[in-house]
Amino acid sequence: MRHTISVLLQNKPGVLSRITGLFSGRGFNIESLSVAQTLEPGLSCLTLMTSGDSQIVEQITKQLHKLIDVIKVTDITETDYVEREMALIRVKAESTTRAEVLRITDIFRGRVVDVGAKSYAIEVTGSCGKVQACVDLLRPIGIQEIVRTGTIAMTRSTK
Amino acid sequence: MKITGAQALLKCLEEQKVDTVFGFPGGAVIDLYDEILQSDKLTHVLVRHEQAAVHAADAYARVIGDVGVALVTSGPGATNTVTGIASAYLDSIPIVVFTGQVPTGLIGNDAFQEVDIVGITRPCTKHNYLVKDVKDLVPTIREAFYLARTGRPGPVLIDLPKDVMAAMVNFPAPKPVKMRTYQPTYKPHPGQIEKACKKILQAKRPVLYIGGGVIASKAHEEVTELARKLDIPVTMTLMGLGGFPGTDPLAMGMLGMHGTYYSNMAVARCDLLIGVGARFDDRVTGRIDAFAPHAEIIHIDIDPTSISKNVEVDIPIVADCKHALAAMNTWFDRSDLFNEEDEKEKRQPWLEQIDEWKAEHPLSYAKDTNKIKPQFVVEKLHELTGGDAIITTEVGQNQMWAAQFYHFNHPRAFMTSGGLGVMGYGFPAAIGAQMAARDRTVIDIAGDGSIQMNIQELATAKQYNCPVKIAILNNNYLGMVRQWQELFYDKRYSATTLDVAPDFVLLAEAYGAVGLRATKPDEVEPVIKEALATDNVVIMDFVIDREEGVYPMVPAGKATTEMLLV
Repeated sequence: MRHTISVLLQNKPGVLSRITGLFSGRGFNIESLSVAQTLEPGLSCLTLMTSGDSQIVEQITKQLHKLIDVIKVTDITETDYVEREMALIRVKAESTTRAEVLRITDIFRGRVVDVGAKSYAIEVTGSCGKVQACVDLLRPIGIQEIVRTGTIAMTRSTK
Repeated sequence: MKITGAQALLKCLEEQKVDTVFGFPGGAVIDLYDEILQSDKLTHVLVRHEQAAVHAADAYARVIGDVGVALVTSGPGATNTVTGIASAYLDSIPIVVFTGQVPTGLIGNDAFQEVDIVGITRPCTKHNYLVKDVKDLVPTIREAFYLARTGRPGPVLIDLPKDVMAAMVNFPAPKPVKMRTYQPTYKPHPGQIEKACKKILQAKRPVLYIGGGVIASKAHEEVTELARKLDIPVTMTLMGLGGFPGTDPLAMGMLGMHGTYYSNMAVARCDLLIGVGARFDDRVTGRIDAFAPHAEIIHIDIDPTSISKNVEVDIPIVADCKHALAAMNTWFDRSDLFNEEDEKEKRQPWLEQIDEWKAEHPLSYAKDTNKIKPQFVVEKLHELTGGDAIITTEVGQNQMWAAQFYHFNHPRAFMTSGGLGVMGYGFPAAIGAQMAARDRTVIDIAGDGSIQMNIQELATAKQYNCPVKIAILNNNYLGMVRQWQELFYDKRYSATTLDVAPDFVLLAEAYGAVGLRATKPDEVEPVIKEALATDNVVIMDFVIDREEGVYPMVPAGKATTEMLLV
């Protein structure tokens, strides 16, 4: 099963390689990873998606927590949370397909961020599934290039 | 008043009560060595290979029960420490390793003797640091010692660029280390303690399974109290030997691959397994689904990652072993549910069953009047030292025979590379142990293969007057691999015959040490007696029965009840 894990860590040199090294050294999967600073100077938040049975994910969270630079590890999969990822997609846009590209972009509330003679670059944001759905619909038209961020996630506030 | 980084480092060592450092100099640490020369508080032990410095610091740490320190230069000096660091990491031994580094301005330039040792040792240290600013030096060293000795202990490495050692800094006043990101759990959860104790009272066939954590947390008295209070038989891992008196009637010796028949049978039949400071390593469990199949499991460990890693645990207790065991002892003392006499009576059938197993297949070997049996040598060593020596081992058959036949009654008397299994550990470890305990007898039980992996340390032992005794169980083979080849590869002895071997007696003499040889069983005792009476480094070369094996043996991947016996 897929798990989204949020890690609060000290922004020390090499901290990212401690995390990726832990995953490669112990044979855990990383499906996506994204990291940036938080409000507190010196602290970063890292969101990573991984998969494995409950025993493996338990090991992953414990091992992450064992790293000296890590402050807090939360497996937010079981909680109510929002997740977002963003993709930049350059798709073929010739006279016959332009309207279709725009229509799909619109459906996914994406935006055209760059226009070329024969292509559009689309920005689309949403959950991992939504971005994938958009990619799947654009693929038959002809995707020339695609760049995706890792997923970021945040638990919802309690009502 | 400002002092140099090198001077600050030495002040830090003094502050941490470090009086002995094992090291080897080089260009990147030359400023530090200049300071060491002027220090009258620090003993520097010049090893002959950096790996030995780390093993020696490791054993030193084990004997004193605090942090050991090694110091080496950059590049090859640093890479040579990796084996020692990895060994200390797997055995949870507190050491701090200082490595030199090229000046900060050159880092990343592939400079002479530059290597990214922080990157290299990231997966085999508890934590590591590169100090780029001399202002960070002292806080970093304080943090490193704190990390090494607290929680689950382990090695910490500090990489020191040459210019940082020469830079000037104000020495900050000492203050306790507090880390937001690191707060080990020492005290057990009282609810879990109660649950565990009640479970123990329900059990008919409990087994205590203790590991190196008992020794690390100095919990041998607590575990002994618990075992004797409730008459629970005790099995020990390699790292746990000495954590419970080996000659106690409740002691069952080691379990696992080369464990005793009765230990493995007891674990296979027990209804409650109480793991204390042990980590269910594959050499202990054998085939995992056949390990303690009828048992519920209580597991006490300070490291949450050890719990339910290999084997699902029913009652986890994250705590320091000493605290957890003390809490359990107190619970039993105060509880109305516990009556010592009833409990001991209830235990009788289980203890009788174990005695039956002990009688059926005791630890033994085929005695011989012509050939020296290695087990006989270890038994003699035990007898003639009164069981009071500090024993270090290399890795392989020598290690297992030492573990099986030298019955350790005290903690911190057995030093072996348990997790990583480093051939070449024992001799430098013996030197480290002797530096920590000048009045003790220290014996390295070695093989003729592994002793050659750090044989150069004869010079170190001589230089620092460490009258270490080396007992080589010489079979002219890489014996443990040969044993596997004999049993599982149709006796195809690929690369395990040591066709060219040194004359160890002459070798000892070449270093100014004493060399003795025994080729017949009746020569064993005189040789050991002479060695023990000699105030010098002694190599005892015991020419043993070449194809003797270590038994019992559980073939890799088999259930621990599927033992090959003598």
